[in-house]
Amino acid sequence: MPEVGGSHPVDSRVNDFAFKIGTVNGTGSASANSLLMQAIFRMGIPVTGKNVFPSNIQGLPTWYEIRVSRDGYTARPEEVDLVVALNPATYAKDVASVRPGGYLLYDSSWPLDDSLVREGITILGIPFGKMCVESFEGDRERTLLRNIAYAGALAALLEIDMDVIGEMLREKFSKKRALLDSNFRAIRLGFDYAKAHYDCPLPFRLERMNATSDSILIDGNAAAALGAVYAGATVGAWYPITPSTSLMEAFKEYCERFRVDPVTKQRKYALIQAEDELAAAGMVIGAGWCGARSFTSTAGPGISLMSEFIGLAYYTEIPGVFFDIQRTGPSTGMPTRTQQGDLLSIAYLSHGDTKHIALFPANPEECFYLAVNAFDLAERFQTPVFVVSDLDIGMNDWMCKRFAWDDSYRPDRGKVLGPAELDRVQKFARYTDVDGDGVAARTLPGAHPRGGYFTRGSGHDKNAAYTEDSADYLEVVDRLSRKLATAATAVPAPEVHNQSDDRAAEIGIISLGGCHSAVLEAVDRLRADGHSVDYMRIRAFPFPPSVQAFINAHKCCYVVEQNRDGQLRSLLAIETGIARDRMTSILDYGGLPLTADRVVRGVLGENAATHTPRYSGVGTVAATAARQR
Amino acid sequence: MASITKPPVRHPSLPTNALGFTKRDYEGAMSTLCAGCGHDSVTAALVQALWELELPPHRAAKMSGIGCSSKTTAYFLRQSHGFNGVHGRMPALATGANAANRQLAYIGISGDGDSLSIGLGQLCHAIRRNLNMMYVLENNGVYGLTKGQFSASADVGSKSKRGEANVQPPIDPVLLALSLGATFVARSFSGDKAQLVPILKAAIRHNGFALIDVISPCVSFNDHETSTKSYRYTRNHYLEVAPVDFVPLRREIATEQGEDALTSVTMHDGSVVRFRKVANEYDPTNRDAAYAYLRARHAHGEVVTGLLHIDENAPDMHAVAGTVETPLVDLDFNALCPGGAALAELMDEYR
Repeated sequence: MPEVGGSHPVDSRVNDFAFKIGTVNGTGSASANSLLMQAIFRMGIPVTGKNVFPSNIQGLPTWYEIRVSRDGYTARPEEVDLVVALNPATYAKDVASVRPGGYLLYDSSWPLDDSLVREGITILGIPFGKMCVESFEGDRERTLLRNIAYAGALAALLEIDMDVIGEMLREKFSKKRALLDSNFRAIRLGFDYAKAHYDCPLPFRLERMNATSDSILIDGNAAAALGAVYAGATVGAWYPITPSTSLMEAFKEYCERFRVDPVTKQRKYALIQAEDELAAAGMVIGAGWCGARSFTSTAGPGISLMSEFIGLAYYTEIPGVFFDIQRTGPSTGMPTRTQQGDLLSIAYLSHGDTKHIALFPANPEECFYLAVNAFDLAERFQTPVFVVSDLDIGMNDWMCKRFAWDDSYRPDRGKVLGPAELDRVQKFARYTDVDGDGVAARTLPGAHPRGGYFTRGSGHDKNAAYTEDSADYLEVVDRLSRKLATAATAVPAPEVHNQSDDRAAEIGIISLGGCHSAVLEAVDRLRADGHSVDYMRIRAFPFPPSVQAFINAHKCCYVVEQNRDGQLRSLLAIETGIARDRMTSILDYGGLPLTADRVVRGVLGENAATHTPRYSGVGTVAATAARQR
Repeated sequence: MASITKPPVRHPSLPTNALGFTKRDYEGAMSTLCAGCGHDSVTAALVQALWELELPPHRAAKMSGIGCSSKTTAYFLRQSHGFNGVHGRMPALATGANAANRQLAYIGISGDGDSLSIGLGQLCHAIRRNLNMMYVLENNGVYGLTKGQFSASADVGSKSKRGEANVQPPIDPVLLALSLGATFVARSFSGDKAQLVPILKAAIRHNGFALIDVISPCVSFNDHETSTKSYRYTRNHYLEVAPVDFVPLRREIATEQGEDALTSVTMHDGSVVRFRKVANEYDPTNRDAAYAYLRARHAHGEVVTGLLHIDENAPDMHAVAGTVETPLVDLDFNALCPGGAALAELMDEYR
């Protein structure tokens, strides 16, 4: 098939480009896409994959975006160099999304309507469907192998190492000889056709590197689940909800592997699929009350339902870990799109005066370590702790450093009076602050005759007895306030990337969670363009004192987050007392992972929400100034 | 339970059980319920049952939700941990607690509002999981703390104190539990301690979810002439089908006269429940027959009481899940954390 659209200047880019594959949900393309990503990773090249999928089991369009970055950037790219269009229903959208000068590869078994042909891009057609119908038997096999065929074509066009692909297919189908043969044939179909009909490779291509040997590819939900296993969590209660479901499923898989007695086959964990999120939260709290490390995983709608129980746990001082894998709200929202829309509701979840510890992992690696941290904080402060992740972190495979475990780690169980201590106690008073840190010692049910107390969500005094007396009530709630103030000094400190140790930069960027990779890349670009930029990534709430210090030190503060109303900015204003308008929001809340371009545009004044003071661009190089409005 | 403050000095002649405890040791704080409340009688029966069972008080966990009934967990077992949670959600707390520590005796106290309206879903799913706990539903057909609204167990035509008749059909917790597969279902009356005490004892020893619906009149809002949850109405329509006797494991089971009139069910721990059949056709081990009988008697306006169904062979939540015998809270951290070497090995699989 001849090229459509004419020839273009060659811009040879090795290991620095992005491509996107558009398919139909439920046709088995996910395994071909991860095959491609993993093959690039095994070639030693930094790579990121973002799955843009529908809330659907079969039939709706789905895309997979792969970015290759020799510099190690992992944020989602704003533009792609090559679009692989395999779903005729989205041809128009796919053709439109190719960057000027880029490439479109489509399945020419279904002809591209003339109206879709676009000037300024190169269009390549390969009849994947037709070739698979001719080569294989049965609808299912033909559909599945069509995915492998396009992987083969991409291997030719981008120079993915065929030995690596072969090795991966052999690993995957080692016990299914027939499948291995048909997969090899399908790979060759695509590969050979591309080689025979087009100039391979394209101007952007891959070349072996050695930049991934100490890395892994893992999603945040699996990493968080692994953290829960390593922290010694024994009780998990949950209700299925996208995008958090895979966290509990991963916990189950790890437990089946690590927590089943080899002789008796008995399980050293309890995993309960609850009737709803209310019950899941109650189970976590019941187990935490009894002394188990317990947790749940959920998303925004579940957080709303759990709010009643969270208030109970806060007031009765019971530990529990709550993973919130945020998705696009409000209400049901877009269940398969990402957002950071739960920040404000989590910070003060439930009626009455409440405040909660929340941790904000930026990637799967941090999901693992902060999960462990969360269980320690929950028991140390006897309160619910939220690990606030999102769909992008939770469900996409990220390249990160191999996790390591320090075998000297011992869980922080907090102040729990055991039998020996209770033997010496005359009268146990549950809510008495002995150490002045706001944390009172607790006892566990069944431990000792002198340890009993009555846990109640109704007004109680320091002995846990019912009260309607103002002074007795105030003594408890004011101590809770002190307890959370102590927690602010114990939670993970923000990660600060200052340009210079000597003085604050002109621009201070504040962000959190999944925005991190895009902000890091944006900071590099801004600095390369001559701007002076400091960056602080907040890792926990309540905010440690250094958060306020960073804002005070920067005249121009930008808060980058993924929600409509600037929830982090509001939280910063509420908690630090710094005026909200002292900080400028850079917001991205359409449901897709943040791009570095969005952050750069925001800082340079394009499309930023209007707030003061803004960066004036003073001191920037001419090239950058020209890009400003 | 105590309705008056008792002196701290113990009378030397008070009888003690095998643990050396008197009944006073199984009591709790002073009741704040209305004088004559059925719930206080249930509390008294509980104290009696727990004392007779020789349960170490600190090895029990008292669970409740919100409402008059839920307050009563403060009025017995002062040495035990108690958890007065949120309205209608006690089963979730009990499920989590039991998952963490399977060796405590879980005593749940709830009411008809807590169980049949706001907490109906949680009750159903606790039954479905066969959670090992006793669940006492103190049923008075009315919301007391909010002053007299009908609850979901109020009968059609039963009138409120102000004369308004209930028009919504009731949810019968006994029929509900039977249809959901509950493994221990009983109904009793706060005014019949002789029947209630052995039922409570058997329920605590039952290996699974034991539901006891106790008609427990509300003297302030639902004990008048035109109420079907009053003391008088309950006494007049009372039909006991299977009076029970509970024989703990340690006591020798003596042969009594008329032994053939009794049927026995051996409990999980070896203790025995014996039934004396009043209604000839009644077999508490036959779920379907029990259901049909209760429906038929209900149609005649009778309140059938006794241990109505028992299935001692069904696996509880832990047996189904295959959890270790040792409570999860007692497992050593080294038994839970796979360690650094295992992690390094696992990491190779993510490449």
